[in-house]
Amino acid sequence: MTKYRSFDDIKKSLENKETNCQAIVEYYLQNIQTKAHLNAFVEVYELSAKQQAERIDQKLHSGSAGKLAGMVVAIKDVLCYEGHGANASSKILSGFESQFSATAVQKLVDEDAIIIGRLNCDEFGMGSSNENSAHGKVLNAIDETRVPGGSSGGSAVAVQANLCTVSLGTDTGGSVRQPAAFTGLVGVKPTYSRVSRYGLIAYASSFDTIGIFSTNVKDNALVMEVIAGPDEFDSTVSRKPVPNYSELLHFGKPVKIAYLKETLDSEALQPEIKKHTMDILQKLKNEGHEVEQVSFPLLDYVLPTYYILTTAEASSNLSRFDGVKYGYRTPNAHNLESMYKLTRSEGFGEEVKRRIMLGTFVLSASYYDAYFTKAQKVRRLIKEFTEDLLDKYDYIIMPTTPSTAFKFGEHSNDPVAMYLEDLFTVQASVSGVPAISVPNGTDKDGLPIGLQIMANSFKEAELYAFADYITKHVN
Amino acid sequence: MLPKAIKEKYELVVGLEVHAQLLTNSKMYTSDSTEYGNLPNTNISVITLGHPGTMPKVNKRAVEFAMRMGLACHSEITRRNIFARKNYFYPDLPKGYQITQDKGPICVGGQVPITLASGEEKSIALTRIHMEEDAGKSMHLAGEVDTLVDFNRAGVPLIEIVSEPDIRTSEEAYAYLVEIKKLVRYLDICDGNMEEGSLRCDANISVRLFGDPELGKKVEVKNMNSFRNVARAIEHEFERQIELIESGTEIISETRTFDATTGTTASMRTKEDLNDYRYFPEPDLSPVVISEEWLSGIKAAMPALPRELHHKFVHTYGLPEYDASVLTDSKEIALFFEKLCTETENYKAASNWMMGPVKSYLNELTLHISDFPVTPEKLAALIHLIDDGKVSFTVASQKLYPEMLKNGQKQPLEIAQDLNLIQESDENSIKPIIEQILSENSKKVEEYKSGKKGLMGMFMGQVMKKSQGKADPKVASRILTELLEND
Repeated sequence: MTKYRSFDDIKKSLENKETNCQAIVEYYLQNIQTKAHLNAFVEVYELSAKQQAERIDQKLHSGSAGKLAGMVVAIKDVLCYEGHGANASSKILSGFESQFSATAVQKLVDEDAIIIGRLNCDEFGMGSSNENSAHGKVLNAIDETRVPGGSSGGSAVAVQANLCTVSLGTDTGGSVRQPAAFTGLVGVKPTYSRVSRYGLIAYASSFDTIGIFSTNVKDNALVMEVIAGPDEFDSTVSRKPVPNYSELLHFGKPVKIAYLKETLDSEALQPEIKKHTMDILQKLKNEGHEVEQVSFPLLDYVLPTYYILTTAEASSNLSRFDGVKYGYRTPNAHNLESMYKLTRSEGFGEEVKRRIMLGTFVLSASYYDAYFTKAQKVRRLIKEFTEDLLDKYDYIIMPTTPSTAFKFGEHSNDPVAMYLEDLFTVQASVSGVPAISVPNGTDKDGLPIGLQIMANSFKEAELYAFADYITKHVN
Repeated sequence: MLPKAIKEKYELVVGLEVHAQLLTNSKMYTSDSTEYGNLPNTNISVITLGHPGTMPKVNKRAVEFAMRMGLACHSEITRRNIFARKNYFYPDLPKGYQITQDKGPICVGGQVPITLASGEEKSIALTRIHMEEDAGKSMHLAGEVDTLVDFNRAGVPLIEIVSEPDIRTSEEAYAYLVEIKKLVRYLDICDGNMEEGSLRCDANISVRLFGDPELGKKVEVKNMNSFRNVARAIEHEFERQIELIESGTEIISETRTFDATTGTTASMRTKEDLNDYRYFPEPDLSPVVISEEWLSGIKAAMPALPRELHHKFVHTYGLPEYDASVLTDSKEIALFFEKLCTETENYKAASNWMMGPVKSYLNELTLHISDFPVTPEKLAALIHLIDDGKVSFTVASQKLYPEMLKNGQKQPLEIAQDLNLIQESDENSIKPIIEQILSENSKKVEEYKSGKKGLMGMFMGQVMKKSQGKADPKVASRILTELLEND
């Protein structure tokens, strides 16, 4: 059977009547079974996917199918899909089924995408290696001794191993871009508020975004134009019109590009990644683009700011998991207080507990101003700096990650070393601007390297066009 | 009891926090119904239950209700409203936090004027009014080991009205609460029922020596379910705190609960084990911006307020203070009266009818003015019949009015005609009756003429009896006097 590597491949096959949705679903189900040991899927919706396929085949026959007909999508286990499990890879939500669909998921279904299952991830999106999951770790298909990145590790591997056409992940501080870099994929975090968060199990509400994994820029742009836009259930989502990104991929004029001195000078940066990044910048210069080095003195403050604010929000967002209404409840309680304490101690994993403790600490009365208030101020400085820079330059370019995919357990005993994985991705998250990771070659072990491009808020069209240009013409 | 001399050394300082449940159809952050009295856990949805992935959405109507209260209290209306999370664990709090307002409440400042029994006027300043959501209810059912939770009330919109520590006596506290209740009812934003919990009050109470510029340590008292109990709790705390100070014991900042059966307060928790609520801006709600247009629309639609109506009744209608107070006590009565006054200019008569026959009818049958069978127009027509001398007040109140209550459809004139109640003011028809009475009572006439003027009443009574109450008393009295004096 043909190997589909893009939605265009699928559409061509469908148009030529070489295949139908049912066969496409069969194809992916087969792949999922063969690659089950990668542990990307938490649950495969075999029956409902087949039923959807049959229904969409009829629509294709009658000419009434939506624009994603034939696309097979899997979703991260933090996105709600009515009547299906949603556990956020946490024991505390074991057995929980969502009674509604996330707006982004519903929009995909409305355009006749087929949802084939839900994907493993770090618990509540907290992690950079997918090692913090109640469902176990996910293996990087390119080297199964290595992590796929996180927190959307399952979403990355599902596309990497051809278990679905595209996947949805969530990106709070790099959780789409970093695993995309580790698996050689295109991964996008849109502008904050571009995509409705309704139905996204919150980690840090003022940072959370729904992102997309794909093998190519065009598929990514197409899915983004479907899931973005206003939603009556999310008052924070932008009402700005959504362009058809996938039709705006032409890139012509010379642009201005900034790269940040501190990112390339960072001690944590793997030399090969630095070299690949410098090479791209040189090629862009050769192509007639203006490429300038800019200093970003706030780089050292980006991670602390991010971790103070996200843990603060997380400590509150995760309060609802208390054993009272749904999910896990300890069998060992003897009164209300012990029910709370035991349920949460037994239900949450170590990293989640660490972040709840941190967040509770930075919001506590005695430390509020020293941490939370200060971090809010620094966040504003970083955001202003980034937006100002993106007023002067069309794009900021930097490596997506300081290193390529690392081995399992490599950072397990050192949370701070793990947090450093997010060094380059959190700037866009703190600022709210969109960012994309595209493949930028491999290191000596053949492990993929990611290149991150940032654009100003709501400039997804420009970001996709430039990313498409880089992947097709520069690299 | 404390000796008066000791009590008089101390000044009571009270600030009240009043929660008013808003009369919106749907909840503060979801479209779930707020209907009272439904089966447990039927007014709920994934949003009320705080299911993972759900997000709140602000109820615009609740914002408008809060704006109305702020405008009525002359508060400053905040244009950019942000919400905050108040974090604590309790089974009736589904999200583990309450969405409220912390910095930047919708209404800042303002005041509530009160009138005391002595007639003294005072203004109680407000600190703020903010919007928030109610919690669910824990239920401890007989025979049930577990505590059950009903989430119907979870998310019902509330405003919290916080006063400055301006209150100095329990009477002032009572008068303030009466005023707040009147305001929310006039504004149609809350039914003001404290017994049912749609109005709830916590009191911050402290004492200090008169002249002391520093405030004393404050004690927060909760669980007072009537205005009277708020006053009782304040009285009790005033004495308790003075006794502590007098005995050299330090007052501790704590939360105490009021026991209505004993009239005393007892410690609930001290400040040390108070929750640290870890307020921070709610990232799941975009700020609610109140535009000039929105605000002026609300301003334009503001209903008349009790104090304005009171002023109008006294100064425009010339009614006594007492009448104005009774008539403005309830919004519906006041509005009925206002309607009545567009139909008749005999305002005092209108007021007398409202405070007398109308109120006694309503009280007797425990009816609401909305159930009153007679329209303001027909009541005004009745007043006109009296003013025009068509019926006497006595006939009107004893015969015509009861008939109107039975048959609200008919015009009073029509009823009066049907029942043959129209007053006789034609001299030619009254005179023969009087002449007949005088001739039948020649002995009494003699007595009258010899100076027993008090018999006039007896003659009048006879006339009314014989005319079946229809004779115009003014005309009858004139003819009677004429005939008795002339002979």
